[in-house]
Amino acid sequence: MTLEAVLFYAFASVTVAAALGVILVRNSVHAVLLLVLTFFSAACLWLLTRAEFLAITLVLVYVGAVMVLFLFVVMMLDVKYESLRVGFVRFVPLALIVAGVMAAELITVLGTRAQLARSAPGVDMASAAGVGNTELLGMAMFERFLLPFEIAAVILTVGIIAAVALTLRTREGTRHQSASEQVAVRREDRVRVVKVASVGAGKVGPEPDA
Amino acid sequence: MISLGHYLVLGAILFSISIAGIIINRKNMIVLLMAIEIMLLAVNMNFVAFSHYLGDVAGQVFVFFILTVAAAEAAIGLAILVVLFRNRRTINVAELDALKH
Repeated sequence: MTLEAVLFYAFASVTVAAALGVILVRNSVHAVLLLVLTFFSAACLWLLTRAEFLAITLVLVYVGAVMVLFLFVVMMLDVKYESLRVGFVRFVPLALIVAGVMAAELITVLGTRAQLARSAPGVDMASAAGVGNTELLGMAMFERFLLPFEIAAVILTVGIIAAVALTLRTREGTRHQSASEQVAVRREDRVRVVKVASVGAGKVGPEPDA
Repeated sequence: MISLGHYLVLGAILFSISIAGIIINRKNMIVLLMAIEIMLLAVNMNFVAFSHYLGDVAGQVFVFFILTVAAAEAAIGLAILVVLFRNRRTINVAELDALKH
Protein backbone atom coordinates (compact mmCIF):
# COMPACT_ATOMS: atom_id res chain seq x y z
CA MET A 1 0.00 0.00 0.00
CA THR A 2 1.31 3.39 -0.91
CA LEU A 3 1.54 6.25 1.52
CA GLU A 4 -1.39 7.93 -0.21
CA ALA A 5 -3.58 4.88 0.34
CA VAL A 6 -2.59 4.64 4.00
CA LEU A 7 -3.40 8.31 4.56
CA PHE A 8 -6.68 8.02 2.66
CA TYR A 9 -7.90 5.05 4.69
CA ALA A 10 -6.79 6.64 7.96
CA PHE A 11 -8.54 9.97 7.33
CA ALA A 12 -11.59 8.33 5.75
CA SER A 13 -12.10 6.04 8.74
CA VAL A 14 -11.75 8.98 11.13
CA THR A 15 -14.26 10.96 9.06
CA VAL A 16 -16.83 8.16 9.04
CA ALA A 17 -16.36 7.34 12.72
CA ALA A 18 -16.72 11.00 13.73
CA ALA A 19 -19.81 11.41 11.53
CA LEU A 20 -21.34 8.35 13.19
CA GLY A 21 -20.51 9.87 16.55
CA VAL A 22 -22.28 13.12 15.62
CA ILE A 23 -25.60 11.37 15.13
CA LEU A 24 -25.24 8.88 18.01
CA VAL A 25 -23.81 10.69 21.03
CA ARG A 26 -26.08 11.81 23.83
CA ASN A 27 -24.48 15.18 24.53
CA SER A 28 -24.99 17.87 21.90
CA VAL A 29 -21.73 19.64 22.78
CA HIS A 30 -19.85 16.41 22.09
CA ALA A 31 -21.77 16.12 18.82
CA VAL A 32 -20.56 19.56 17.73
CA LEU A 33 -16.98 18.70 18.67
CA LEU A 34 -17.21 15.44 16.71
CA LEU A 35 -18.54 17.43 13.75
CA VAL A 36 -15.42 19.58 14.00
CA LEU A 37 -13.33 16.40 13.87
CA THR A 38 -15.30 15.29 10.80
CA PHE A 39 -14.56 18.55 9.02
CA PHE A 40 -10.89 18.41 10.02
CA SER A 41 -10.34 14.93 8.61
CA ALA A 42 -12.33 15.84 5.50
CA ALA A 43 -10.00 18.81 5.04
CA CYS A 44 -7.03 16.41 5.27
CA LEU A 45 -8.66 14.27 2.55
CA TRP A 46 -9.07 17.36 0.38
CA LEU A 47 -5.36 18.05 0.83
CA LEU A 48 -4.74 14.56 -0.59
CA THR A 49 -6.68 15.56 -3.72
CA ARG A 50 -4.60 18.76 -3.96
CA ALA A 51 -7.46 21.10 -3.14
CA GLU A 52 -5.32 23.07 -0.70
CA PHE A 53 -7.26 26.31 -0.77
CA LEU A 54 -10.58 24.59 -0.07
CA ALA A 55 -9.06 22.50 2.72
CA ILE A 56 -7.76 25.61 4.47
CA THR A 57 -11.07 27.40 3.83
CA LEU A 58 -12.97 24.50 5.34
CA VAL A 59 -10.91 24.64 8.52
CA LEU A 60 -10.83 28.44 8.81
CA VAL A 61 -14.37 29.35 7.76
CA TYR A 62 -16.27 26.24 8.71
CA VAL A 63 -14.54 25.06 11.85
CA GLY A 64 -13.52 28.56 12.86
CA ALA A 65 -16.81 30.36 12.33
CA VAL A 66 -19.78 28.11 11.67
CA MET A 67 -18.96 25.40 14.19
CA VAL A 68 -18.19 27.99 16.87
CA LEU A 69 -21.61 29.48 16.13
CA PHE A 70 -23.13 26.03 16.59
CA LEU A 71 -21.26 25.61 19.86
CA PHE A 72 -22.51 29.01 21.06
CA VAL A 73 -26.12 28.12 20.33
CA VAL A 74 -25.88 24.63 21.85
CA MET A 75 -24.38 26.01 25.04
CA MET A 76 -26.75 28.99 25.17
CA LEU A 77 -29.98 27.01 24.91
CA ASP A 78 -31.01 25.28 28.11
CA VAL A 79 -32.50 22.18 26.54
CA LYS A 80 -33.42 18.94 28.24
CA TYR A 81 -31.80 16.63 25.74
CA GLU A 82 -33.15 13.48 27.35
CA SER A 83 -36.71 14.29 26.30
CA LEU A 84 -35.54 14.69 22.71
CA ARG A 85 -34.26 11.13 22.56
CA VAL A 86 -37.60 9.45 23.10
CA GLY A 87 -38.11 6.92 20.32
CA PHE A 88 -34.42 6.93 19.49
CA VAL A 89 -34.12 3.15 19.50
CA ARG A 90 -37.43 2.67 17.70
CA PHE A 91 -36.20 4.49 14.58
CA VAL A 92 -32.84 2.69 14.36
CA PRO A 93 -34.03 -0.22 12.12
CA LEU A 94 -35.76 2.20 9.73
CA ALA A 95 -32.66 4.40 9.68
CA LEU A 96 -30.43 1.41 8.94
CA ILE A 97 -32.65 0.26 6.09
CA VAL A 98 -32.96 3.70 4.50
CA ALA A 99 -29.26 4.48 4.91
CA GLY A 100 -28.19 1.08 3.57
CA VAL A 101 -30.44 1.30 0.52
CA MET A 102 -29.37 4.86 -0.16
CA ALA A 103 -25.66 4.05 0.13
CA ALA A 104 -26.08 1.08 -2.21
CA GLU A 105 -27.97 3.23 -4.71
CA LEU A 106 -25.45 6.04 -4.62
CA ILE A 107 -22.53 3.66 -5.08
CA THR A 108 -24.29 1.89 -7.95
CA VAL A 109 -25.58 4.96 -9.75
CA LEU A 110 -22.30 6.81 -9.72
CA GLY A 111 -20.58 3.90 -11.48
CA THR A 112 -18.21 3.51 -8.60
CA ARG A 113 -17.16 -0.03 -9.45
CA ALA A 114 -15.97 1.00 -12.87
CA GLN A 115 -14.11 3.92 -11.34
CA LEU A 116 -12.52 1.64 -8.74
CA ALA A 117 -11.38 -0.76 -11.45
CA ARG A 118 -10.01 2.02 -13.63
CA SER A 119 -7.89 3.55 -10.88
CA ALA A 120 -6.72 6.43 -13.03
CA PRO A 121 -4.35 8.81 -11.31
CA GLY A 122 -5.56 12.28 -10.50
CA VAL A 123 -4.73 15.29 -12.60
CA ASP A 124 -2.39 17.81 -11.04
CA MET A 125 -4.02 20.86 -12.58
CA ALA A 126 -1.99 23.42 -10.67
CA SER A 127 1.39 22.02 -11.73
CA ALA A 128 0.19 21.62 -15.31
CA ALA A 129 -0.78 25.28 -15.43
CA GLY A 130 2.42 26.30 -13.64
CA VAL A 131 0.60 28.08 -10.82
CA GLY A 132 -0.56 27.28 -7.30
CA ASN A 133 -3.94 25.86 -6.42
CA THR A 134 -5.16 29.16 -5.00
CA GLU A 135 -4.13 31.08 -8.11
CA LEU A 136 -5.81 28.50 -10.34
CA LEU A 137 -9.02 28.76 -8.35
CA GLY A 138 -8.85 32.55 -8.33
CA MET A 139 -8.41 32.72 -12.07
CA ALA A 140 -11.41 30.47 -12.61
CA MET A 141 -13.50 32.36 -10.08
CA PHE A 142 -12.84 35.86 -11.34
CA GLU A 143 -13.07 35.04 -15.03
CA ARG A 144 -15.56 32.27 -15.73
CA PHE A 145 -17.48 32.46 -12.46
CA LEU A 146 -17.52 36.18 -11.75
CA LEU A 147 -21.33 36.55 -11.71
CA PRO A 148 -21.89 33.55 -9.36
CA PHE A 149 -19.19 35.00 -7.12
CA GLU A 150 -21.09 38.30 -6.89
CA ILE A 151 -24.33 36.42 -6.23
CA ALA A 152 -22.61 34.51 -3.42
CA ALA A 153 -21.67 37.86 -1.87
CA VAL A 154 -25.31 38.98 -2.08
CA ILE A 155 -26.42 35.70 -0.46
CA LEU A 156 -24.04 36.28 2.44
CA THR A 157 -25.38 39.83 2.87
CA VAL A 158 -28.95 38.54 2.87
CA GLY A 159 -27.89 35.89 5.39
CA ILE A 160 -26.40 38.34 7.86
CA ILE A 161 -29.36 40.73 7.59
CA ALA A 162 -31.82 37.86 8.05
CA ALA A 163 -29.96 36.48 11.07
CA VAL A 164 -29.81 39.89 12.75
CA ALA A 165 -33.42 40.74 11.92
CA LEU A 166 -34.61 37.39 13.28
CA THR A 167 -32.83 37.58 16.61
CA LEU A 168 -33.15 41.33 17.24
CA ARG A 169 -35.82 42.10 19.79
CA THR A 170 -37.01 45.35 21.34
CA ARG A 171 -38.11 44.53 24.83
CA GLU A 172 -40.75 46.50 26.69
CA GLY A 173 -39.71 48.20 29.88
CA THR A 174 -36.02 48.59 29.26
CA ARG A 175 -34.54 51.74 30.81
CA HIS A 176 -32.35 53.72 28.49
CA GLN A 177 -31.32 57.35 28.45
CA SER A 178 -32.69 59.83 25.93
CA ALA A 179 -30.40 62.83 25.88
CA SER A 180 -32.82 65.10 24.04
CA GLU A 181 -35.57 64.50 26.57
CA GLN A 182 -33.13 65.08 29.43
CA VAL A 183 -32.00 68.43 28.00
CA ALA A 184 -35.51 69.61 27.17
CA VAL A 185 -36.91 68.89 30.62
CA ARG A 186 -38.52 71.75 32.59
CA ARG A 187 -39.05 72.26 36.27
CA GLU A 188 -42.79 71.58 36.02
CA ASP A 189 -42.17 68.13 34.56
CA ARG A 190 -40.14 66.90 37.47
CA VAL A 191 -41.01 68.84 40.63
CA ARG A 192 -44.39 68.48 42.25
CA VAL A 193 -45.35 70.25 45.47
CA VAL A 194 -47.41 67.98 47.64
CA LYS A 195 -49.32 69.10 50.69
CA VAL A 196 -49.29 66.28 53.18
CA ALA A 197 -52.00 66.32 55.76
CA SER A 198 -50.58 65.45 59.13
CA VAL A 199 -52.32 62.49 60.68
CA GLY A 200 -52.64 62.20 64.42
CA ALA A 201 -50.96 65.53 65.09
CA GLY A 202 -49.97 66.13 68.67
CA LYS A 203 -49.45 62.52 69.60
CA VAL A 204 -46.13 61.84 67.91
CA GLY A 205 -43.34 64.36 67.41
CA PRO A 206 -43.31 68.10 67.94
CA GLU A 207 -46.32 70.29 67.25
CA PRO A 208 -46.53 71.69 63.70
CA ASP A 209 -46.06 75.42 63.41
CA ALA A 210 -49.25 76.17 61.52
CA MET B 1 -3.77 3.41 -5.77
CA ILE B 2 -6.58 5.63 -4.58
CA SER B 3 -9.06 6.24 -7.37
CA LEU B 4 -12.12 8.39 -7.86
CA GLY B 5 -14.27 5.45 -6.73
CA HIS B 6 -12.81 5.54 -3.22
CA TYR B 7 -13.89 9.13 -2.74
CA LEU B 8 -17.33 8.43 -4.22
CA VAL B 9 -17.83 5.55 -1.76
CA LEU B 10 -16.76 7.80 1.10
CA GLY B 11 -19.18 10.50 -0.03
CA ALA B 12 -22.02 7.97 -0.30
CA ILE B 13 -21.29 6.64 3.21
CA LEU B 14 -21.23 10.14 4.70
CA PHE B 15 -24.51 11.01 2.97
CA SER B 16 -26.15 7.82 4.25
CA ILE B 17 -24.91 8.48 7.78
CA SER B 18 -26.53 11.89 7.74
CA ILE B 19 -29.79 10.41 6.39
CA ALA B 20 -29.74 7.90 9.25
CA GLY B 21 -29.02 10.75 11.67
CA ILE B 22 -32.03 12.70 10.42
CA ILE B 23 -34.26 9.65 10.93
CA ILE B 24 -33.11 8.67 14.41
CA ASN B 25 -32.75 12.21 15.76
CA ARG B 26 -35.97 13.54 14.30
CA LYS B 27 -36.87 15.33 17.54
CA ASN B 28 -33.68 17.28 18.13
CA MET B 29 -33.43 20.23 15.79
CA ILE B 30 -29.74 20.93 16.54
CA VAL B 31 -28.72 17.42 15.47
CA LEU B 32 -30.88 17.80 12.36
CA LEU B 33 -28.92 20.93 11.39
CA MET B 34 -25.66 19.09 12.03
CA ALA B 35 -26.80 16.17 9.86
CA ILE B 36 -27.47 18.65 7.05
CA GLU B 37 -23.91 19.93 7.46
CA ILE B 38 -22.56 16.37 7.07
CA MET B 39 -24.73 15.95 3.97
CA LEU B 40 -23.24 19.08 2.41
CA LEU B 41 -19.78 17.81 3.31
CA ALA B 42 -20.48 14.56 1.45
CA VAL B 43 -21.55 16.52 -1.64
CA ASN B 44 -18.45 18.69 -1.40
CA MET B 45 -16.29 15.57 -1.11
CA ASN B 46 -17.70 14.30 -4.41
CA PHE B 47 -17.14 17.67 -6.08
CA VAL B 48 -13.51 17.86 -4.94
CA ALA B 49 -12.82 14.27 -6.01
CA PHE B 50 -14.39 14.76 -9.44
CA SER B 51 -12.46 18.01 -9.87
CA HIS B 52 -9.19 16.27 -9.09
CA TYR B 53 -9.69 13.12 -11.13
CA LEU B 54 -11.30 14.78 -14.16
CA GLY B 55 -8.94 17.74 -14.18
CA ASP B 56 -11.58 20.46 -14.11
CA VAL B 57 -11.25 23.35 -11.67
CA ALA B 58 -14.98 24.15 -11.89
CA GLY B 59 -15.71 21.51 -9.24
CA GLN B 60 -13.59 23.33 -6.69
CA VAL B 61 -15.28 26.63 -7.53
CA PHE B 62 -18.62 24.96 -6.90
CA VAL B 63 -17.42 23.69 -3.52
CA PHE B 64 -16.54 27.29 -2.69
CA PHE B 65 -20.08 28.42 -3.52
CA ILE B 66 -21.61 25.52 -1.59
CA LEU B 67 -19.55 26.51 1.45
CA THR B 68 -20.85 30.08 1.10
CA VAL B 69 -24.48 29.01 0.90
CA ALA B 70 -24.00 26.51 3.73
CA ALA B 71 -22.57 29.21 5.98
CA ALA B 72 -25.55 31.48 5.29
CA GLU B 73 -27.92 28.56 5.82
CA ALA B 74 -26.31 27.65 9.14
CA ALA B 75 -26.48 31.27 10.34
CA ILE B 76 -30.15 31.69 9.44
CA GLY B 77 -31.04 28.20 10.74
CA LEU B 78 -29.43 28.87 14.10
CA ALA B 79 -31.13 32.29 14.28
CA ILE B 80 -34.49 30.61 13.67
CA LEU B 81 -33.58 28.03 16.33
CA VAL B 82 -32.82 30.75 18.88
CA VAL B 83 -36.06 32.62 18.14
CA LEU B 84 -37.97 29.34 18.32
CA PHE B 85 -36.50 28.46 21.70
CA ARG B 86 -37.18 31.98 22.99
CA ASN B 87 -40.85 31.76 22.03
CA ARG B 88 -41.66 28.10 22.71
CA ARG B 89 -39.00 27.07 25.28
CA THR B 90 -38.44 23.87 23.28
CA ILE B 91 -36.58 22.71 20.19
CA ASN B 92 -38.51 19.46 19.93
CA VAL B 93 -39.64 19.19 16.32
CA ALA B 94 -42.62 17.02 17.32
CA GLU B 95 -44.06 19.90 19.38
CA LEU B 96 -43.88 22.40 16.52
CA ASP B 97 -47.38 21.72 15.24
CA ALA B 98 -48.91 25.19 15.49
CA LEU B 99 -49.95 25.16 11.84
CA LYS B 100 -51.86 21.90 12.36
CA HIS B 101 -54.46 23.40 14.69
